[in-house]
Amino acid sequence: MYPVSELIKNLADQHGRMRHNLLPILQGVVEQEKYLSEYSMLEIARELDLPAAEVYGTATFYSFLEHKKMGKYIIRICKTITCSMKGKNQIIKTIEDMLNINVGETTPDGNFSLLQTNCLGFCHMAPAMLINYEVFTDLTPEKVREILTVFINKKDKEG
Amino acid sequence: MTTKIKITINDLEVEIDQGTSILNAARDIGVIIPTLCYHKDLCVAGNCRVCVVELVGQKKLSAACATPCEEGMNILTNSFKVRNSRKHIIELLLSEHNADCTRCYKNGNCELQKLASDFKIMTQDFIRLVPFKNYTIDHFSPSIIKDDSKCIRCQRCVRTCEEIQGVNALTVAYKGDQMKISTFFEKPMNDVICTNCGQCINHCPTGALVEKNYIEEVWDAIADKSCHVVIQTAPAVRVGLGEEMGLEPGTRVTGKMVAALRRLGFDAVLDTDFSADLTIIEEGSELMVRLKKVLVDHDSDIKLPMATSCSPGWIKYIEHMYPDCLGHLSTCKSPQQMFGALAKTYYAKVRNLKPEKIVSVSVMPCTAKKFEANRPEMHDSGYRDVDYVLTTRELAIMIKQAGIDFQKLIDEPFDRLMGESTGAGVIFGATGGVMEAALRTVYELVTGREIPFDNLNVTPVRGMDGVKECSIRIENPLEEWEFLEGVELKCAVAHGLINAKKVMDRIVSGTSEYHFVEFMACPGGCLGGGGQPIPTSPEIRQKRAEAIYAEDQGMPLRKSHLNPEILKIYADFLSKPLGEKSHQLLHTQYIRRERF
Repeated sequence: MYPVSELIKNLADQHGRMRHNLLPILQGVVEQEKYLSEYSMLEIARELDLPAAEVYGTATFYSFLEHKKMGKYIIRICKTITCSMKGKNQIIKTIEDMLNINVGETTPDGNFSLLQTNCLGFCHMAPAMLINYEVFTDLTPEKVREILTVFINKKDKEG
Repeated sequence: MTTKIKITINDLEVEIDQGTSILNAARDIGVIIPTLCYHKDLCVAGNCRVCVVELVGQKKLSAACATPCEEGMNILTNSFKVRNSRKHIIELLLSEHNADCTRCYKNGNCELQKLASDFKIMTQDFIRLVPFKNYTIDHFSPSIIKDDSKCIRCQRCVRTCEEIQGVNALTVAYKGDQMKISTFFEKPMNDVICTNCGQCINHCPTGALVEKNYIEEVWDAIADKSCHVVIQTAPAVRVGLGEEMGLEPGTRVTGKMVAALRRLGFDAVLDTDFSADLTIIEEGSELMVRLKKVLVDHDSDIKLPMATSCSPGWIKYIEHMYPDCLGHLSTCKSPQQMFGALAKTYYAKVRNLKPEKIVSVSVMPCTAKKFEANRPEMHDSGYRDVDYVLTTRELAIMIKQAGIDFQKLIDEPFDRLMGESTGAGVIFGATGGVMEAALRTVYELVTGREIPFDNLNVTPVRGMDGVKECSIRIENPLEEWEFLEGVELKCAVAHGLINAKKVMDRIVSGTSEYHFVEFMACPGGCLGGGGQPIPTSPEIRQKRAEAIYAEDQGMPLRKSHLNPEILKIYADFLSKPLGEKSHQLLHTQYIRRERF
């Protein structure tokens, strides 16, 4: 883990400092930090000599470039029509109850964030969700509880 | 040689240059296609779709502004399909727009309102989305109000801020139905790099971006009989105000404006041109001192080129973008602030008035002047130097509210004591004007001879090129200035901040040889300012510039140092240029700011 400013320098060295190198740098920061803080965006703007507002505009355009503080595990529930019809609301309710947070919030310990997302392309195995980059499909409330328990324990062991 | 192609517009065959957009081809033959996101000053965006036309044989309609004509194209601009679609597009725009027109500042001067009126949108076929959107209004800036509920996301402001100014305070954030025009992290305009230049206001088709107006405050001050209300008028106002009053662009209305201001009830109608002349004396003297310190004393703390400091938009820009270069800025306040500081000191003393009872108002072609008057350091008179700043547009509103038939007014002269000016003060309103005025005075003070240009017209610094250069060789100077013998005085003029950036980058990299550079935030200088009548286009700017130079030509005195009131103020009050009193009242310092 590098401090953000150093990380941004390394990413710029790796990808280049042109306007079109912005996206991979944003992705690189999100990979480590889970989100783009005001500070990181300013540092990126400085490093690439871009207007800060443009960095912000680009970051907010892409759904997976979060700009609010996120937990270690970001849970994204597909909100699109098939998953909706196949019970994503029950899935969300189950997670909200387990983690004691609402959609859009992060647990106080900073481990989980709960978000909704557009179609993940798993309509045939709906409802689907992502935890960071891992896909879980054919969800039921029971199955979600099991999956989340694994993640909670994982974090307990690490922490 | 461009190739000509043949197209048909509404069954009319025309021959045009290849590459012409459908919009321009149609306009050439008198067919008007409505537009919203299109603006002559800016690149084509093609996002509002109001200008759609039918290409016979194609299923989909095309945006006329973004489609170049091709050989044999058969274009219909008023078919059933086009009219229907256009109406729907306007209705869709309105469904997301807070169409509370009677309570809107832009009521009567709104392009969306005009379209709705032309197409008689009287039904509501789409759900009104305004109540479902959490629109916000940003009131924090002393210059600009940004109301997202009025925004149609045409992005003219974003393009203006990027293409004309290179500031990029505004950007497009989010996407789809969430898309909005935003600053960095949705901070208030007052907290970001925004220079308050107001060009976004001038280019906004609706009421989403407007100036913060101080009309009621000024009416209150006029009504308060215990107050002495003085008004100063900037040079560019007199060549712009006429447009708001139904006159042709480029009409000079100096005398009518003075008459109107007197009828509005101002106690004294004075001229910012007076303090423009004063600026020339102070800034010219500062330039001479700097040249001496660099060329004779080899003082490495003194920065050259010296940059002008009249444009508050430019000042805020350099504070944000080049905080290490603040030493290049002349310490002179802008003419508005010099005037303000003197109004509550010199003017009060001579007219035997209590400064706390003076309300100092200015009419400016500029929204950044509102910010400037609000700067904490602008209190050198012991009071707020300039209390209220009105734009040309606000003055026009006041004249209309007062029921003054502007065109019938008989010309009147300015009041005396800070109302006398020269042609050099007038040309401050055009790009290159400060430079020309300064050269007229500096050259003569140094050599004892008039500047060697035909009729005092320093033509190299005139015109609308983004960056203009001029150099003058100094020969046989007076004894006091002997060190300047043979020196080639190199000057540059930049207007529009995107051009200022070009010159600044040269200065920062050390490749510039300039001694003196004039910077103006707005294209064309003050006459194209963010507070000037809407619309402003390249042609209109050109006409206003011609009017400014005609005004200069018609003045009996055309050199700042000959202004009798200037001579008098130095004799009676300031004693000498760059003297102690000058430093206290007429000079200022600058602040480093963040780059976002």
